Amino acid sequence: MYKYDEYDQAIVDQRVDEFRDQVRRRLSGELTEDQFKPLRLMNGLYLQLHAYMLRVAVPYGTLDGRQMRMLGHIARKYDRGYGHFTTRQNIQFNWIQLDQTPDILQELATVEMHAIQTSGNCIRNISSDQFAGAAADEVADPRPWAELIRQWSTFHPEFTYLPRKFKICVIAADEDRAAMRLHDIGIGLHVRDGELGAKIFVGGGMGRTPMISHEIRDFVPADDLMSYLEACLRVYNRYGRRDNIYKARIKILLHEIGPDEYRRQVEEEFAAVKGLGLDPPRAELERITSHFGAPAFDTDAGTDIDRSDPDFAVWLDQNVRPHKQDGYAIVTISLKPVGGIPGDASADQIDLMADLAERYSFDELRVTHAQNIVLPHVHRRNLHNLWTALNEAGLAEANLDLISDIIACPGLDYCSLANARSIPLAQKIATRFGSLDRQRDLGELKLKISGCINACGHHHAGHIGILGVDKKGTENYQLSLGGSGAEDVSLAKITGPGFSEDGVVDAIERVTDRYLQVRDPGERFLDTYRRVGFETFKEAIYG
Amino acid sequence: MVEYPDQTLLRFRDDEPHDEPAVTLDSFIGQSNAAAVRLEAGDDARALLPQIDQLALIEVSFPGYRDGRGYSSARILREAGYTGELRAQGDVLVDQIPLMRRCGFDSFAPQAPIDIDVLRASLERYDTPYQKAADGAVPVWKLRHG
Amino acid sequence: MKLLTGNDLPTGDVVWWTGNGWSRHIEDAADVGVAGEAILQAEEGARRVNVPYLIEATQTDEGPRPAHIKDRIRALGPTMRPDLTLKPADPNAGSWVI
Repeated sequence: MYKYDEYDQAIVDQRVDEFRDQVRRRLSGELTEDQFKPLRLMNGLYLQLHAYMLRVAVPYGTLDGRQMRMLGHIARKYDRGYGHFTTRQNIQFNWIQLDQTPDILQELATVEMHAIQTSGNCIRNISSDQFAGAAADEVADPRPWAELIRQWSTFHPEFTYLPRKFKICVIAADEDRAAMRLHDIGIGLHVRDGELGAKIFVGGGMGRTPMISHEIRDFVPADDLMSYLEACLRVYNRYGRRDNIYKARIKILLHEIGPDEYRRQVEEEFAAVKGLGLDPPRAELERITSHFGAPAFDTDAGTDIDRSDPDFAVWLDQNVRPHKQDGYAIVTISLKPVGGIPGDASADQIDLMADLAERYSFDELRVTHAQNIVLPHVHRRNLHNLWTALNEAGLAEANLDLISDIIACPGLDYCSLANARSIPLAQKIATRFGSLDRQRDLGELKLKISGCINACGHHHAGHIGILGVDKKGTENYQLSLGGSGAEDVSLAKITGPGFSEDGVVDAIERVTDRYLQVRDPGERFLDTYRRVGFETFKEAIYG
Repeated sequence: MVEYPDQTLLRFRDDEPHDEPAVTLDSFIGQSNAAAVRLEAGDDARALLPQIDQLALIEVSFPGYRDGRGYSSARILREAGYTGELRAQGDVLVDQIPLMRRCGFDSFAPQAPIDIDVLRASLERYDTPYQKAADGAVPVWKLRHG
Repeated sequence: MKLLTGNDLPTGDVVWWTGNGWSRHIEDAADVGVAGEAILQAEEGARRVNVPYLIEATQTDEGPRPAHIKDRIRALGPTMRPDLTLKPADPNAGSWVI
């Protein structure tokens, strides 16, 4: 994985110095909250209901054991002993003091980490495929491209006060594990005439007006990527709406002027900036790529796995996926224990995952947008030992992509924007479907909960999505069906009137019962939904 | 950096400030002899390009610090070869000036006073930027690969 | 009754106006009545507390109860982690919020 050189390190160190000075000016009263807010947000620091919250970047979701252990240290020393992994492949700490944030950032900088641009109306952390470098279906590792974009976008002087936040995702496989089409810019790497290049999609996003992105260009070669992205962003910076915060994302610009007109403007801008020497030489991409070489795999594929322990066997079937290298597997550690808090991990669990990554996965971990952790390179002969260690720490829930593998935002228990609580509802749903046999019978079922219209819980992309709303001072939940963030991307449709917390759990059960009645063999819930249609389920819910 | 006593104008140029009042884009396009023009945040900077050589001062308005359109206006003008004074006027905050410098602004007329010590420290803080912009700073990738 | 609340500037802690200062405990909160706006302005100027704002509440035997669920959660802490609330010894404290 990528290692900083002296330049990268200097930039992060200098950022700590800058933020320390900004915090000093805020605490002394030199800056008003209104002036300080964009500065702290640009460094991932929010003021939530109970405290400040610090969002630390995990670029394209990749980190090593030392970095993971630092997150555990931060949780213990500056927070309340835990962290929350997010749908942006980052981690959030919920109980931070403003006066301690410069020290936290200084500690993070010692392991090449930071909170740069994890909020604010700027280019956010670049997201990617959590199986990058391990998946059999990828044409290349997308992370060198993501790192190139990370560097270009860091403190970009022209694009730090955009109309609204801006999220970029890079993948390189047919299977979309990163919700690429629901990003402001989605990049799919593919090969044309023997050369790797970027297919560019623009204008996807969730929020209050969810939209699927449009293909804007089939192929941008590596040598033009920065110029092309400059052009995409410049058109948005100049013409994106600034009169209404709810209409300020690039998806609205594309919706209003149309993808063809946007493409025309981008091509015109691209023609203007292409000759300016904005693109790093090919050698820079090669330098970055050299950091992402395959680990020294043991080519001895080993023997068959002993599946005699049924709990282990279930976990193998559910949470372990094939690896491109014979003898290896990709392991997903579920942070969704039934009845637990989706995405939370204690400092001890974080430390353990760091240890296990060092011991079994070439010192690499990934954070997934579904709020789980991946050990990307585990030899099959180590799977049982790994499972045993995870099981002892409550980290062996065998529910990847099942109904209890719920994405949930922090909701009204923490978030100042939320209208309803998400976590207690996630706990109730997971508990209702608690039996693993029952969950496995239901099969792949992606349930996603957002506590407000901003859709941090990706409810629009849920096979089953839930949106919490404020109905005259009480929490109310709208149910929607049929969304997907994968390569078969679609937006979920609201079923009808909302429910109380208990009512929505019952409604979900009516949906899954109907699915079991009408499914054809081998069909996932989403397949059945698409085949039989919305009305069948609506009728099951409302009678 | 040249400071003016009332601290309403900060300049990073050696020449004398242009004292002719700036005209709006509309009137500039209508009359051909003005040497100073004011761009509102939503104005198209490219409209100036046909007559760019006669301009000594372009003032770009920042109606609110969150409105970042002026950063693109500045880069477009510098990319087109404009070498005259490029002034950021309005809600310009001290923490934004380093970014504005990178986009090509060399003069600032902030509506509220700027703490010069904070500004000096900010301008000196970062050794090298990641990306090439309009200020001539050598990006990290250039230093890595020559 | 009307309460004045905000978050402490350096720590981010939820705080309530007591009549002559700020407390972390809503039980200490004072009814600011019609003086609320003036106190808010003065405290905003003093810059010890971030974004202070006024809320509606009712007086109960257990102390003031904010009208809106968001402020009840602020007054207590996260409902699904009783150990992290201001009433860690009371596992049912979360029910006060609903």
